[in-house]
Amino acid sequence: MAALYEGYTLCGVGTVQNSSNIGILGVEQGRDIDHVLVTDSSRFITVYKVSDQRPTGSWSVKRGQMISCPAVFNTQSQEYVVVTDDKVVRVWNKDDVNLEKAFKATVSADVLRVLSATDSEPVVLFCCGAVRFLDLLLASPQQPIEHVLAEDEIIRWSTIVKAEHQLVILFSTEQRGEHCLYIQRFDPNTLVKHRFETEPGLSAPISFSATCRGSNIHLLYLYLNGSVYESVLPLRRSSTGAEGVLALSRSLCLSLPLGEEKLMSGAVVVLDEAHVAVVGFPHPSAGPCKDYICIWNTHFQTLQACKEMAGRIYSQLWCYSGKMYIPHGKMLSVIPFECQKSSLAAALGKQKQTSQSAESKSCSFVSSWTAQTYSDVTQTAEIKSRMSTKNNSDVKSALTVDQLIEHIKTSAVEDVQAEVGEFIRWTPQADLQLAVGRLALELVSRSQTDANFYPQCVFLRLLETRYLCYSVCPELLSLAMVKKDFHLCQIAFQIFSDIPEAVTCSYLKTILSTSDSEMETVNLDTDSVMFMKELTRAQSRSDEEGGQLNGFCSPALESDVSDTPSNKLQRDPLALDMSCPVGLHKGALLNEVLQTAYSDRPLLPHLKDFTVPQVIVFLQYLRFLYFKYCHDAHKQIRALRTPSISQIIDWVCLLLDAHFTVLAVAPEAKRLVSDLHKFVRSQVKLYTELGKIEGSLQVLKNSKRSEDFGMYAIQVIELF
Amino acid sequence: MGEFKVHRVRFFDYMPSGIRALAFNGDTERMAVARMDGSVEIFHCSDRFFQEKIIPGREQCGIEGLSWVGERLFSAGLNGGITEYDLTNQKVKYTIDAYKIPWYTFLVGCEDGTVKLFEVNEDKIQFERNLDRQKSRIVSLSWHTSGSKIAAGMMDMIQIFNVETGHSIHRMLADRGVGTSRSKECVVWSVVYLSDGTIVSGDSVGMVKLWDDQTGTLIKSHNVTKCDVLALSVSQNEDSLVAGTSEGTVVQFQFVSMVLGKDDKEWVRTRTFKNHTHDIRAVAEITTAVVSGGMDAQLVVKPLLDKIEVRSAASALRKIHFPHRRLVFCARNSGLMLFQYPGHLELWRLGESEGKGSSLFVKRNPEKLLHLKVKGEDHIRCSAVSPCGEWIVYSTASSLRLYRLHYQRFLFLFFQISKLPKVLSSANQLCFSSDSSHLFSASTQSSVHIVSLSQSGCKFVGTLKPKSGSHQAIHLLAASEDGEWLASANSDHEVHIYNLQTRKAHCTVPVYSSAVTAMGIHPTTNCLFMMYADQQMCEYSIEQKQYTDWSRTVQRKGLHRLWMERDTPCLNVMFNPQNPSHVILHDTYMLCIIDQSLPLPDDKTQFYNQLTLKSLTEDQRKSHSHAFKVCKTFKDILCVELISDQSLVVVERPLEDVATQLPAPIKQKKFAT
Repeated sequence: MAALYEGYTLCGVGTVQNSSNIGILGVEQGRDIDHVLVTDSSRFITVYKVSDQRPTGSWSVKRGQMISCPAVFNTQSQEYVVVTDDKVVRVWNKDDVNLEKAFKATVSADVLRVLSATDSEPVVLFCCGAVRFLDLLLASPQQPIEHVLAEDEIIRWSTIVKAEHQLVILFSTEQRGEHCLYIQRFDPNTLVKHRFETEPGLSAPISFSATCRGSNIHLLYLYLNGSVYESVLPLRRSSTGAEGVLALSRSLCLSLPLGEEKLMSGAVVVLDEAHVAVVGFPHPSAGPCKDYICIWNTHFQTLQACKEMAGRIYSQLWCYSGKMYIPHGKMLSVIPFECQKSSLAAALGKQKQTSQSAESKSCSFVSSWTAQTYSDVTQTAEIKSRMSTKNNSDVKSALTVDQLIEHIKTSAVEDVQAEVGEFIRWTPQADLQLAVGRLALELVSRSQTDANFYPQCVFLRLLETRYLCYSVCPELLSLAMVKKDFHLCQIAFQIFSDIPEAVTCSYLKTILSTSDSEMETVNLDTDSVMFMKELTRAQSRSDEEGGQLNGFCSPALESDVSDTPSNKLQRDPLALDMSCPVGLHKGALLNEVLQTAYSDRPLLPHLKDFTVPQVIVFLQYLRFLYFKYCHDAHKQIRALRTPSISQIIDWVCLLLDAHFTVLAVAPEAKRLVSDLHKFVRSQVKLYTELGKIEGSLQVLKNSKRSEDFGMYAIQVIELF
Repeated sequence: MGEFKVHRVRFFDYMPSGIRALAFNGDTERMAVARMDGSVEIFHCSDRFFQEKIIPGREQCGIEGLSWVGERLFSAGLNGGITEYDLTNQKVKYTIDAYKIPWYTFLVGCEDGTVKLFEVNEDKIQFERNLDRQKSRIVSLSWHTSGSKIAAGMMDMIQIFNVETGHSIHRMLADRGVGTSRSKECVVWSVVYLSDGTIVSGDSVGMVKLWDDQTGTLIKSHNVTKCDVLALSVSQNEDSLVAGTSEGTVVQFQFVSMVLGKDDKEWVRTRTFKNHTHDIRAVAEITTAVVSGGMDAQLVVKPLLDKIEVRSAASALRKIHFPHRRLVFCARNSGLMLFQYPGHLELWRLGESEGKGSSLFVKRNPEKLLHLKVKGEDHIRCSAVSPCGEWIVYSTASSLRLYRLHYQRFLFLFFQISKLPKVLSSANQLCFSSDSSHLFSASTQSSVHIVSLSQSGCKFVGTLKPKSGSHQAIHLLAASEDGEWLASANSDHEVHIYNLQTRKAHCTVPVYSSAVTAMGIHPTTNCLFMMYADQQMCEYSIEQKQYTDWSRTVQRKGLHRLWMERDTPCLNVMFNPQNPSHVILHDTYMLCIIDQSLPLPDDKTQFYNQLTLKSLTEDQRKSHSHAFKVCKTFKDILCVELISDQSLVVVERPLEDVATQLPAPIKQKKFAT
């Protein structure tokens, strides 16, 4: 699960003289997570407090001088470092007003970049490939710098990764079309060279992003054809490392869809282990426009969030502490984002299985990405206005998720209900999507520990948002089953598409073992109950009609109730038993289960746990439905959700498979099974007859165009 | 079951002749039909309209009217003769000249304006006298049931004559049409004199008029059509009247009371049928149906559903296009076909094919070897070609001719056998033995003459005579493959079997109520397989002189409903020499192979199951197949014959082709044309 929030502008981007894709030189982490250091491509270095969207300090170099690398903040000395005119290293602190008056030192070789990681000394990377710690360099600025790279080898990209007090510098170079990756480690100083695999038609990677996870560096790099590869490099060099140039092993982790337009640039940045943000690539469903920032899930290759950026995108993207920095048009925008641990259901979206009736389709919330962008566009104004008022006191009335969770832990049911309702009403959809899961988890854990706490309305409310799925909060269903909250279960079964087969079976068992009288008191989804009523009413009606037709409806017979069944039997021994074996509510709940998605193989072992009476009741009910459907197929009962005939048949098959021996042995099942068999046999016969007709019709269709052969022909006919 | 190579032949240009007159005999349930070419056919109305007898016509012999007197049939023709027919031997009995007679027998209206009265004697008719001579032509005549008055339709008027005096009683003027047709004479094409004194007339203006013979006044007039009303016919109890028009419609009038329960009845126009494309020249109302025939050469039997109680084969509309006799004969061993036209014979050699597939490439086209014109004016009654293809024989009413063909590689010799035995003067049916060594000729008294054929000529061998029974003409002959047996079927439904070795009658198959339409003797079992007009089938073992077990099973279980409902008779029975249990049959619309080894279908099984079987797998077919394998690929079949290389010859005559050769019908204005 990932979401992009409404972004805001940090600063303008200076007019760019050169036509390269560089809007600004760089954005670097400032003194804390709320500060960034923006170096623009002309002469200015500005420090911004991000949350306030305002600069806290700004410096510029003299006209004629040029900043040649992004400024960095040295967290150890609390000083800023920048290099001007390739060789002059300038160091100043935030109180310095004039950069000219700050410390400067001229080094003997061209500096490419100064790289800084938190709580460690900045590293200076020279164009020739050599590295020096800044303090050591400044101690003797004119020290000779060795040539590590060949003369025509140019560094294209570089970064610093720090983990476990270990600094690693990564940089990629290009030499006559050959692209290599260098890994510079310290303590001991080693430099390892890797060669990128090249494929015909695939030029160099256009964008890199490196993160450290565990004891490995994960390097992601993007090609123009939309492939995102990942290479895993060890943080510490293995002792048995071979010398020389190594091929870089890689794995494809994402294939971005390409539009029709030819792409020139793009950028990728790793957000967490499963998500990457990409700019410069077209949105898969929004046409050829490239001005989108998209978050992709690399595990499931799904698009998780996207946002259209106004103006040209410069193929630059930085990410620091939950915010993305993206220059576009004439501004640098900050876009906060959030990535959550991904479940498959969440990654795939919230689509329910399609049900038969069109009405239900229209009412179910289908999360479509085009719709999402549309709502984003429309909401922009609204949200902006809210953003502007956020600074005012209004913001206090709506709680944040964290606050709400705290409240849930302690408050009474009524308060929680009110607060959650308020929260759902006021939180934008994108935020809600993430918050609902957390809320549900918290509510369930409270309910599990506190026996008196069971906010059914809140759960229903959360379900109604349709952002919840089983995997987000697996405990919810089991809780509801323990509490025998069949209404909640019913709604959950309607909405969740990822209920495991074991849970489905245990729910089925719960339903089947609950008595009908207990069930009738439960308040259920009216539509499903209406369907059951119609279904059973159709039966009694047809019974009446049959009685009238046969002239058996004498008052004497009617009054003698006990006599009626035997009379019925006498009347028509072939008549099928069409009475509903379960109550209306139970039937409605069973219908819901029949419509849930399942895979038969995992379901079968759980089905085997049923007791014999449960099996028989369930099979009776399925038979009832099957007969009903076959007899009243023409009857259109208007209901939103009804089990389809194939679902019913599938369940009959499953049940028969799972309990074959039981049904063969159990005496009470004998009549049921033989009835079913009789009916199925007649149906099979009917369908074979239909099959015959089909063949004939087919031939008729083909024979329509009989050829005219003139006066004489010799043909071959075949008789069967 | 198997594949058959089929020669589909459509170049037999057979043209049925238009129907000119109908006469219904209610006592014998026979319908006599006269055609434009002079032929007269007798249909058995209660035996599914089977064409029992055919009396071939002659050149220049136009029949204008037909009439039954008891069981005697008379016709009058444009050549001025009255003809009585010998129905037993299916030939003309005698013709007497009555001077330019256009209409009617024993009471003859003449072109010169006289009505001649003839007396019908035991074996002759005799001219009695003339009625008053009129100025204009007499077109139609009708007796009153009392026998004292006659109505005559003439140009522009109808006259009523007193037969006693010969004088005219009334003259009723028929109106001419309006507009341009005013200048044209109104021809009273048809009159009917009802017993209550009403005279009904149909005329060229399109009116059906009802007159009172007492006052000579018009009672009522119905405008039926814009064209001519050509034919009228009244039912036997005079409560229904049908009129045929030149548009091809039949209009029914009924004598019903206008107010329920009251007695004052009126003639009301009730129904209109349109089953013809051309002029209707004759209509007749029989017990349960209206029969009509006209220029489009089809006899249409339209049942009146109010007179039918149960739905059966008799309640379906029946159209008879083709004669119920064979007109095509195949020389089995040499791939020759003989086409019998009324005035000539054609001999064709079948083509050859190569390749595989459902439609084969024709390597050699069929070729016409012979076109043989009939000597004399009589039309051909029957013909045959021997299995070897070396002998051709045909017979007219007056003569029989035998020809010998001799093929060499490029030479084709053809000569007539001149010295024929005297017994071979004429034949009702002809048949060769399977080895082509003998000719069987069905003669009078249901007898069959045997003639042996050889290089030098032919020699009379003997005559086969039935032990007893009727002397009706034989219409079917079947010789067994081994030359032992000969079966003959006559119009009285008798089937006699003769032993050819002893030349004696062997036995007689029990007489069945329906006529035999086709029969054949099985080559290996020597069982006689017979098809009847009511679609029943029987298999009779000649050696055991009894019905076979299979035949009894069929009779016990009954045939499938759909089989019984077919409305054309089976015209040929063949046997598949490779599979003795296969019997091949055909009617006009289908080809059927009966596999006697398979179970019979009951009414619940799907009868026409070929399409179903085709879509099933080999194993499933076994459970679904039954004895009747019906192939409906072919339409309008005149003949199916199995020739010796296991291929079938199917001669079709598509009705569309027939329709294109008919004269143009009356042009009718259709909407938006």
